[in-house]
Amino acid sequence: MDALAMPRAGSAPSAAPAQKVIAVNGLTKRYDTTVAVDGISFDVGAGEIFGLLGPNGAGKTTTILMLLGLSDISAGTARVFGHDPMREPLQVKRLIGYLPDTVGFYDNISAADNLHYTARLIGIAKAERGKKIAAALDRVGLKDVADKKVGAFSRGMRQRLGLAEIVMKEARIAILDEPTNGLDPQASLELLDLIRSFKANGMTVLLSSHLLDRVQSICDRVALFNAGKIALMGTVGELGAQVLGGGFAVEVEADGGDNLPKRLAALPGVRQVTEPAPGRFRMVCDRDLRAEAAAEVVAGKGRLKQLSLDRPSLETIYTRYFQSHDNPREVPHAA
Amino acid sequence: MRREGSALRGLGVVTLKEISDHMTSARMRVLEWLVVLVALAAVYAAITQVRDVTAEDPFLFLRLFTTARDPLPSFTAFLGFLVPLMAIGLGFDAVNGEHSRRTLSRILSQPIYRDALLFGKFLAGLATLSVSLIVLWLLTIGLGLIMLGVPPGAEEMGRAFIFLLVTIAYAGVWLALAMLASIVFRSAATAALVTLGFWLFITLIWPALSPAIVTAFVPSNDEATLVIAAQSLARLSPSVLYAEAVTAILHPATRTLGPVYISQLQGAVMGSPLPLWSSVMVAWPQIVGLIAASILLFVGGYVAFQRQEVRA
Repeated sequence: MDALAMPRAGSAPSAAPAQKVIAVNGLTKRYDTTVAVDGISFDVGAGEIFGLLGPNGAGKTTTILMLLGLSDISAGTARVFGHDPMREPLQVKRLIGYLPDTVGFYDNISAADNLHYTARLIGIAKAERGKKIAAALDRVGLKDVADKKVGAFSRGMRQRLGLAEIVMKEARIAILDEPTNGLDPQASLELLDLIRSFKANGMTVLLSSHLLDRVQSICDRVALFNAGKIALMGTVGELGAQVLGGGFAVEVEADGGDNLPKRLAALPGVRQVTEPAPGRFRMVCDRDLRAEAAAEVVAGKGRLKQLSLDRPSLETIYTRYFQSHDNPREVPHAA
Repeated sequence: MRREGSALRGLGVVTLKEISDHMTSARMRVLEWLVVLVALAAVYAAITQVRDVTAEDPFLFLRLFTTARDPLPSFTAFLGFLVPLMAIGLGFDAVNGEHSRRTLSRILSQPIYRDALLFGKFLAGLATLSVSLIVLWLLTIGLGLIMLGVPPGAEEMGRAFIFLLVTIAYAGVWLALAMLASIVFRSAATAALVTLGFWLFITLIWPALSPAIVTAFVPSNDEATLVIAAQSLARLSPSVLYAEAVTAILHPATRTLGPVYISQLQGAVMGSPLPLWSSVMVAWPQIVGLIAASILLFVGGYVAFQRQEVRA
């Protein structure tokens, strides 16, 4: 188990596959009448930020609870650093720091006392507790309010206190359920920065969300949940290619020129050219063809006004995916 | 399937935290004052009564607990009524409170089992109740010493102490019931109302209702059968068990808690006190019944809690 501790430097090439810290295979959760999670499989590598995305009730939280051993697994297997959450829940829970959806604390005691309680539950030695708690609160920017009662804390402060708990625990994996849910933009940006800093420390992060643009900015890979199944999985770029049918969309705005759409369409690597508005052309290409497009417009005696590359956004992928699979967003077995 | 590690890991931490919560809570302070004031009033009334009518009573000190003076009931009757209230007050939001504060999943994601959380909460509640009852007991005895001016004998102290233990066991039944409700009902208000309703029913209505049920359903004209059946039915109520156990312990002359045939009394010296352990033996079924009831209720809650989904 010692090799696990090493954070990978930079983005190692896939030739040396990252060690799997979470391995899920055919995981299924059945309730009396419904299947909440239906045979999902995924792996999370060390030091990765992995996003579980999908509408509410798609099975994200259930999956997380099964990984933690807090919900029984109906079928399939889950392994966390090789430990089975059903049989070795204590081992698993030692390694994972969990921030539940809308985390709660004991309002009548201070932030530091809340962490003291958790620290004692974790079994952190008495001599180290104070130091670790102070460091964790400092890390998330709650040092000044350490002795304030949590009852007065805002939503964002509570979330950060939850992250402080994970820092204090020195968890190897952080599982964050809807961490930015209900936060104002400023608070959620700060929170995402913190999560990014976890990765920099070599922590693996598994986070669930339905706020796509937020997730896109920090996730290495995502899994798109739909009705208990993983519909799509991969990097945002891969998903874009899969769902939107092309990797790159170049937008060209130009005046004049003769027969620009034809000229652009003739470029090697261009699959399709549309003209959503007069003088605006949208090219779907295999690669980034901005330079070639610019040269072509100029060669066609057009006056180039604007040139942009559309990166596939998760929002588009998500919407497009659910449109094309005529799935209503509401899933019958809500959480 | 075997799981690794001890189910009780973290038990001490949870227990200490819960005790400190109870001890500092405003709710507990209100309950304590209620019990202390009411019980001391009862003891004071008992003392004045005892002083007025005192005769050659070898168990004068125990009369402190059992003597009633209009309009106040006796100390034991007060406890029989108020201890459930205290226990319910401590237990009704034990688990659903963690749900509604949204702390449950965070706490359970730490390396402990659910067992530790539930055991810890029960032990903490019981410890808190014990501390309050011991304090009350000592206060009563101190008041008795000062106002009666007669030191209690060793046997009296022994009986008073067993009375204390029985009271704690009785508190345990109601604490386990309140915790069961806190697991079954997601809303603390519902749990409190259901438990309080059950408490009123079982302490006030049930003892009166059971003879009626027996006459309605037992097809017998034999009076002894009817009395015994009614008594067995009434004993389903922990309050009845408690009252009977206390009677046997604090009235040394009590030879039986059920009906007796004249033939069984042959050779008995009526009114002479039983030795301490014989009194305990008379009350033993009731004491075991109280302990068994709390274990049953706790196990019911435990099973429900283990099967419960963690998510809010």
